[in-house]
Amino acid sequence: MRGRSLGRLLWRRLAAAAPGLIGVVVVTFCLMRALPGDPAAYFAGNAATKEAIEQVRVKLGLDRSLPEQFLAYVRDLARGDLGQSVTTGQPVRAELFARLPASLELTLTALLLAVAVALPAGVLAATRPGSWMDQAVRVVTTAGVSLPTFFTGLVLVYVFYYLLGWAPSPTGRLDSLFPAPPRVTSFYLVDALIARDASTFGACLRQLALPAVTMALFVMAPLARMTRASMLGVLGSDFIRTARASGLSRRTVLWTYGFRNAMLPVVTTLGMIFSFMLGANVLVEKVFAWPGIGSFALEALLASDYAPVQGFILVMATLYVLLNLAIDVLYGLIDPRIRIEA
Amino acid sequence: MRWTHTILSALVVALLAAPPAALAQGRADTLVVVTEVGPNMLDIHAPGANRPSYQASWNVYDRLITFGAKTLKDGSKMYDYASLKPELAESWQMGLDGMSVTFKLRRDAKFHDGSPVTAHDAKWSFDRAVSVGGFPTFQMKAGSLEKPEQFEAVDDYTFRVKFIRKDKLSMPDLGVPVAVIINSKLAKQHATAQDPWAVEWVKQNDAGGGAYRIEAWRPGQETIYARFDDWKSGPLPKIRRVIVREIPSAGTRRAMLEKADADISFDLPPKDFAEIVKEDKLKVTGIPIENSHRYLGMNVVKPPFNNLKVRQAVAHVLPYEQVFASAFFGRGILLPTPVASNTFGYDPKLYPYRMGDLAKAKQLMAEAGYPNGFETPFYLDAGRATTDEPAAVLIQEALAQIGIKTTIEKVPAANWRANQGKKEMPLFVDQFGGWLNYPEYFFFWNYHGQNATFNVSSYVNPEMDKWIDAARFEADPKKYAEDVREMQKVAMRDVPRLPFVQVYLDVAMQRNITGYQYWFHIQLDFRQLAKS
Amino acid sequence: MTAAALRHARYVVTENPLTLVAFSLLLVLLLLAALGPLLAPFDPLKSDSANTLKPPSTRHWFGTDQLGRDMLSRVIVATRLDVAIAFSAVSLSFVMGSLAGACAGVFGGWTERIVSRLSDTIMAFPLFVLAMGIVAALGNSVCNVILATAVINLPFYVRMARAEANVRREAGFVEAARLSGNGTMRVLAVHIYPNCLPPMMVQASLNLGWAMLNAAGLAFIGLGVRPPTPEWGILVAEGASFILSGEWWIALFPGLALMLAVFCFNLMGDGLRDMIDPRWRT
Repeated sequence: MRGRSLGRLLWRRLAAAAPGLIGVVVVTFCLMRALPGDPAAYFAGNAATKEAIEQVRVKLGLDRSLPEQFLAYVRDLARGDLGQSVTTGQPVRAELFARLPASLELTLTALLLAVAVALPAGVLAATRPGSWMDQAVRVVTTAGVSLPTFFTGLVLVYVFYYLLGWAPSPTGRLDSLFPAPPRVTSFYLVDALIARDASTFGACLRQLALPAVTMALFVMAPLARMTRASMLGVLGSDFIRTARASGLSRRTVLWTYGFRNAMLPVVTTLGMIFSFMLGANVLVEKVFAWPGIGSFALEALLASDYAPVQGFILVMATLYVLLNLAIDVLYGLIDPRIRIEA
Repeated sequence: MRWTHTILSALVVALLAAPPAALAQGRADTLVVVTEVGPNMLDIHAPGANRPSYQASWNVYDRLITFGAKTLKDGSKMYDYASLKPELAESWQMGLDGMSVTFKLRRDAKFHDGSPVTAHDAKWSFDRAVSVGGFPTFQMKAGSLEKPEQFEAVDDYTFRVKFIRKDKLSMPDLGVPVAVIINSKLAKQHATAQDPWAVEWVKQNDAGGGAYRIEAWRPGQETIYARFDDWKSGPLPKIRRVIVREIPSAGTRRAMLEKADADISFDLPPKDFAEIVKEDKLKVTGIPIENSHRYLGMNVVKPPFNNLKVRQAVAHVLPYEQVFASAFFGRGILLPTPVASNTFGYDPKLYPYRMGDLAKAKQLMAEAGYPNGFETPFYLDAGRATTDEPAAVLIQEALAQIGIKTTIEKVPAANWRANQGKKEMPLFVDQFGGWLNYPEYFFFWNYHGQNATFNVSSYVNPEMDKWIDAARFEADPKKYAEDVREMQKVAMRDVPRLPFVQVYLDVAMQRNITGYQYWFHIQLDFRQLAKS
Repeated sequence: MTAAALRHARYVVTENPLTLVAFSLLLVLLLLAALGPLLAPFDPLKSDSANTLKPPSTRHWFGTDQLGRDMLSRVIVATRLDVAIAFSAVSLSFVMGSLAGACAGVFGGWTERIVSRLSDTIMAFPLFVLAMGIVAALGNSVCNVILATAVINLPFYVRMARAEANVRREAGFVEAARLSGNGTMRVLAVHIYPNCLPPMMVQASLNLGWAMLNAAGLAFIGLGVRPPTPEWGILVAEGASFILSGEWWIALFPGLALMLAVFCFNLMGDGLRDMIDPRWRT
């Protein structure tokens, strides 16, 4: 029973997501073709003649009509070919997948950090509504979400690297004098643990610290608020009153009954936040020279190099769909009511 | 809760743990270079190869000849374009009629894969350079090296180049980065029918025989070079390993230099160099880039800038001093005339206008028929925005005084070439620099009626062409000097462009780095550096 | 507004000091936006090569930038542009999104399908990147920044309006209106739509902050207003290159101004929510 309803849920969600993805492909294609600049001229290189540029244009297939180009693009997509970057000359798929772990590692670390701070803060605020602690949590989290991430990143670099010297230079995932840990998952932290290499682990963590904090500051607000709201709602409900009246300890009431039930909307928020972060890390990656897909897409966009940007958007959109699916499944596992409805 | 406690403690320990001793040792025999952008491909003949790829090419590949060095008054070293020295070629002999040159290649040179370097590799490489099209072919043409028939492998270690005309640039052209000697046997293994020159393979792999091998290449992150210990074409370099890290933020690059996390860098904004010089903790060399200038260009075939009086009015209000101080922080030479300060024919006295003469400018505008001015877009290359945007804003302010209202448009760096080619920009800031340090070479690409891409103003004037063509092939030194002077006089009378600065190539390095030498290609030559 | 409503408003504002702070900040912001150029001590566009990169002093409270322009004046004058961008983008988004959502909620069928597909497409994008793409494709101008920001905010309003309209479609007063002979369009315009608005207004004020950060983020990467126009994001971008060489004031003051404005909008959103429907107090 459970497998079938879960499977049906998955199918329904995938079918619902498909038109969205198709829309993304079409809109991205149109936007990228509208970018100013002539990739043929860039690709043909310095001092190319008009004939040379035309030759390159034909080679890149840019002389054909837009619908033809779109069909060619879709055909390539079906084969898994995301095109080639004009500026680096590398196939986009290879580059994206080489750089994706960097972005994921940063985003996940930031998310973990945000959860570690925001969830307890939200719970605390919910247990003491209206107190100064509640107000403080509200102010701090609202302040965090009001800061532009690029500004926060800059200030943190200035204070912790330049002035205090505590943080290492913001030069990416690992200082180049440290060899990268042997690749198992491409997540440096995990790989360093697997290789039992404490010094590399420490070095990776040090490089991750500032960018992760920058991103975490930004997403703490929605998490803390959602936790607080959800906890407040649950703590005011009947079954909690019953639990309290039955004489269960405060801790049991709060954690076993309150927290677990309050987590559902928080999980949804987490999912939304994660996908938001994947797109918004463009600015953080720029400030910290993080070799992720965000900085890759940004440089490509500014160079009118359309293939990487198209690839990036597609990968993000797909990740978003998969993520929402995973959340729905998680939801279904946590809350039996959802499963039965599906 | 106990396990959270353990994890937290572990995290704290890891964060505070100092880097191991191995890290410190590694720094001592490795040179760390920080730069904004690294090579986008390893093959200088591949279309779209960016400027940093010339650095990879220069150090990973040999050329037939190289240039000697000279020491300037302030002790800094630069290449000597008048002095050709052996590299792959041990010696050479000009043909009796001056229409050819025969090189004797050294017999002990090897490529990185161990195979010997022969004249057949040279022939293949030069054929490739003139056939592959784009920038390499264009650069070879600048020295009248145009057809594969000009190159001949007489035997395994003798290579002849035949000239199709007497061009004083032919010999120096053999020492430019494009004239590399590639491991043809290795490359040919990866050639295909669609790609006979194996461009696809060579642009991702090391097919060279130069002083350094590519140890690792991670585009967008870093390039690691390791010394090729069997290199015979010159004295063995002292630095064993070079790491070039790509750091997009200039502030970070500077901070790394100041904290000694990096050894050398040359692409910082001029303000940073001005401050580093003042702080005096690092060594800074600043040499004006030869045969180059930054200029304000105007389109001379379309109104309103097709009117000479309008252009001359602009000359009278251009805020030279202010731009030089505020946008370039004095890191360069204030240059109002087209020929650079370290190029033959430099003469700032040839500037005929009075700077900052607002009244005269207004009068000229009225005479031109624009007493109330006009509106125009004003373009600049976003890749040079650090200096060009403040310069443009200052120029914008100055032009507003005579009624010219401009809207600044920043064009992404990748699109700038296309904009240059279209030649539709009425007003813009641009830069040109030539590898071969001859003024007529510069003028040929920027002012000649052949209307090359770099003549963005579309300036065509038979009078100017006459002087340029004369200078290019003039043998008599007195007549040559006069040709160059006349060229400049016409350029300053017609002012299709207003040069305003010749920028320094500023390089900052730790005090224990020695041997730095300025090269015309602007890139670092690792072979000459040493770290004590 | 009735006396009771005013009393309720005053109660909410005074009970929660933060809301009071937010409203005061908003007033200051709007004042600066309206009177900006008049209040600025110097011409924000005038360069002064004798006074470049000077730290904050009694003459230049916020210091000067690379061209000697007074930072205080630039930050004040930028208020107008940033506030205008935020309000225009959110208004545009609000109007289009709520209309589309309300129609979808009321008419259902194909209208609903098309609207929700479009909305899903937008939501499937990493939103900031979509804004980047739109401005890069259409060109650097204030209009395009507003358009891009409006587009990426649409889905929120569409979804909210649709949900609200759906709920009210079956409500008693709507039935009554229909029975008394009003056509569907009139019912939508007069009865359903106005009632959907209050919850969306809260969302709108929260979006104001986000729209401002968006515009600033776009300017930071070079996709925004053209120089020399002062705008907080561009000012931070300009200052970013100076922060590691010690000239911290060029980036700090615009950054703080941006943060304060966004902070104010966010707190105001909370205050509005408390005022309109205490049930939603979080």
